[in-house]
Amino acid sequence: MSPSDAHFSPKASRRILGPVFGVACFLATMTGVVFLSILLGAVLRAASQGATLAETFDLLGRLARSTRSRDPDLAGFKAGIAGSLWLLGLVFALAIPVGVGAAVFLEEYMPPGRLRRVIQMNIANLAAVPSIVYGILGLAVFVRGLGSSRLAMGSALIAGGLTLALLVLPVVVIATQEALRTVPSSLRQAAMALGATKWQVIRDHVFPSALPGVLTGAILSLSRAIGETAPLLMVGAAATKVPTGLKDRFTALPVEIYKYASEANPKFQVVAAGGILLLLALLLTMNATAIIIRNRYGRSARG
Amino acid sequence: MSAPTVDADPAVLPETLWAGRSRMLMIQETLIGPFLFFCALVTVVTTAGIVLVLGTEAFRFFQMPEVSAVDFFFGTKIEDDPVSPRFGLLPLLWGTFVIAFGSSIVALPIGLLSAIYLSEYAPRRLRSVLKPALELLAGVPTIVYGYLALLLVTPVLKRLLEPLGLRVETFNSLSACLVVGVMVIPMVSSLSEDVLSAVPRGLREAAYGLGATKFEVSTRIVLPAALSGVTASFILAISRAVGETMAVVLAAGIRPQITLNPLTSIETMTAYIVAVTNGDASEGSAKYQSLFAVGLSLFAITLVLNILSGLVLRRYREVYN
Amino acid sequence: MSPIMPEVKAVPNVSSGGAEPLPAGTDVPSTAVLSTRDLNVWYGISLALRDITIAIPRNQITALIGPSGCGKSTLLRCFNRMNDLIPSARMTGEITFEGLDLNSAETDPVSLRRRIGMVFQKPNPFPKSIYQNVAWGARINGYRGDMDELVERSLRRAALWDEVKDKLNKSGLDLSGGQQQRLCIARTLAVDPEVILMDEPCSALDPISTARVEDLMDDLKSEYTIVIVTHNMQQARRTSDMTACLMLDDGAQHGHRTGIIAEFSPTDRLFTNPKDPRTEAYITGRIG
Repeated sequence: MSPSDAHFSPKASRRILGPVFGVACFLATMTGVVFLSILLGAVLRAASQGATLAETFDLLGRLARSTRSRDPDLAGFKAGIAGSLWLLGLVFALAIPVGVGAAVFLEEYMPPGRLRRVIQMNIANLAAVPSIVYGILGLAVFVRGLGSSRLAMGSALIAGGLTLALLVLPVVVIATQEALRTVPSSLRQAAMALGATKWQVIRDHVFPSALPGVLTGAILSLSRAIGETAPLLMVGAAATKVPTGLKDRFTALPVEIYKYASEANPKFQVVAAGGILLLLALLLTMNATAIIIRNRYGRSARG
Repeated sequence: MSAPTVDADPAVLPETLWAGRSRMLMIQETLIGPFLFFCALVTVVTTAGIVLVLGTEAFRFFQMPEVSAVDFFFGTKIEDDPVSPRFGLLPLLWGTFVIAFGSSIVALPIGLLSAIYLSEYAPRRLRSVLKPALELLAGVPTIVYGYLALLLVTPVLKRLLEPLGLRVETFNSLSACLVVGVMVIPMVSSLSEDVLSAVPRGLREAAYGLGATKFEVSTRIVLPAALSGVTASFILAISRAVGETMAVVLAAGIRPQITLNPLTSIETMTAYIVAVTNGDASEGSAKYQSLFAVGLSLFAITLVLNILSGLVLRRYREVYN
Repeated sequence: MSPIMPEVKAVPNVSSGGAEPLPAGTDVPSTAVLSTRDLNVWYGISLALRDITIAIPRNQITALIGPSGCGKSTLLRCFNRMNDLIPSARMTGEITFEGLDLNSAETDPVSLRRRIGMVFQKPNPFPKSIYQNVAWGARINGYRGDMDELVERSLRRAALWDEVKDKLNKSGLDLSGGQQQRLCIARTLAVDPEVILMDEPCSALDPISTARVEDLMDDLKSEYTIVIVTHNMQQARRTSDMTACLMLDDGAQHGHRTGIIAEFSPTDRLFTNPKDPRTEAYITGRIG
């Protein structure tokens, strides 16, 4: 027994406060999970209206096959799904190469210094610019061609794709940079010491090692693009037909959900809920894939 | 295998065996630099494009005869009068402020507590399940949150509050604050968790070594040490709420007014921009141009918040580097 | 105060064969492959190495020893211009390799590094198969011979062949630490260098693996010139022919660590009869 024990009289609250705080923290963490379940449950109920699971699948199938209509019984998302898939392809082709390239330039080629810090800060800021601002940019530059009728694309698929590509570009850059930073410098040095050029080192060693991280970032940013609504509303995604080329007018799944959800007739709410189920199924699959890739392969990047 | 002869070979291979770098590689090598530079340039050009487009179009708006800059920045009314329309930014600013403030009340405490749980309390296994779950939640598009506000949150609010004699409108700011708040929780918790985890181990161990409890270590040692980093994540979350569009359009509606009543409809800057684009305003009209002025204000506000967050975060990093 | 050194003086070229007269305290054997004269290296404003004049003899093992932070690795990295990768690094003075001015603008550091290989402190195999680890360097340098044969020859020279010949497609990371380091040596041998720089190659290895690497060095020196940085004085004594003892400059600017060469002699003499009192203090354990 220490003689000084008598000098220490911890407050009784110390014993209670700790566990209470721990529980509060736990509950706070669970709000997210709980909310996700409520969300899925509510949307599922709204879409199925008490029908069986099989009937709900039938409904989703029907929604995926029919185009926009004034009649809630005939309405569906075919045009929106087609548009979203087009956009997915466009963003993949435009934003991923440019974003990865910019990240490689910043991490591997550009010497550290003031200019690099400025560009880095610029990218961080771009990542936090509200999506609707990108919509305004797309509207002014791509849709209206800055007032020149020769540059104006109108509310075409390509205008929407370019707008979304710019929107997710900073996300791709940041994710790729993080992936490149996890590649140990010993790997670069080993390759350099064998007489490899900078590009050989990047192509054969740095990039393969960073690939899981790059892939995760790419999928997450694609799913971000697929879920965006506001910028597409700005560039005028309001077509009702399935687009057949880059110059066609288009619409997208989330835009159609918004349109149906804004209808007064409550029967359209069922349609909107079905659309949300389709959208969530697509996005949650994409995101889960991305997370699995990172957790599965991310750790093996040792050396 | 032709093993035995190998050791007898001369150590130095004839130089002719080394072709050096191939033509193909030299071509790649010369092209790749400019290509990568071009990619990085796109990000800079994007920023310049945003500033230029918003700047020039807003300038054209203020040049219009029916528009007054003073009335725009200090006016409290938005009126669609064909002869003398009014474009007052204040109701939109107010709407945006209400959403940012209300959602912060929801998101900041919950996000911070959950960050503390993840970084200090959660067992490894649970953490490895919870973090991806939060990421999934962060991937839910905002239109879904807006729909949920209409489908679930507002009806529940009606059922709870209307028996008390309060009138809950179909579009109301409270519902929007709740869903936007939940929406930014994953952002707050993951950014804060990053900075809390970055607090050096030694600091925690020193405190535990003095007989501190987990609660004391978390709140008196780790949190103060990471305070600037946590602040940075808060600012970024507020910026996100300011820029949020679809959830707010669907939940809070598009009625510009300055009111303290959270059960009535308001209009944020973002909602105004959407409403103008999808409304009947003809291209080139004052109303149409006003969306650029509002967009510029929105961009300026979020830019200031983002830069602020970046500066605070840099100070945090300097302490631990 | 850090002395402001004049820019590269007009120094007669130290050709590969010719042994120039060098300042006292150095003892140069017949032929130098690599030599430096009045070499100074800065990191930013901090002078890391001062007045380094040394000649590395052909087909011998030269050890660089000295207390931590005295710039042994920095000097080693000057020899294959790995310091180029550090943006703040700057150099004055002269380094020649087989009569070639290493720091001149015309010298391509990339093709130079093929001729001057390097083995690092921590084994750092590529996260690829054992075969690919060895073959990659040769392939990127445009090797036109039989690749299978080159891989086998290199692994044999690195005394690793018998242990890995049945699992050439396994990842290099699956090997033990000592095997990984020999794989790294095989990888270096595969590009057929003239000089091998080794930066504390055994510091991450157990004694048995260390002994194998040391035996290997002894085998290799008939065909290659080896420069090794080591913390382990016994290792320097066991393996090397020549030893350079680096020391921290007492007169260096406050807060900066500047390395100088205290003594460069045949290893036997340096350890039994050091000329420099600081070397003696270091090897008897009073410094460092």
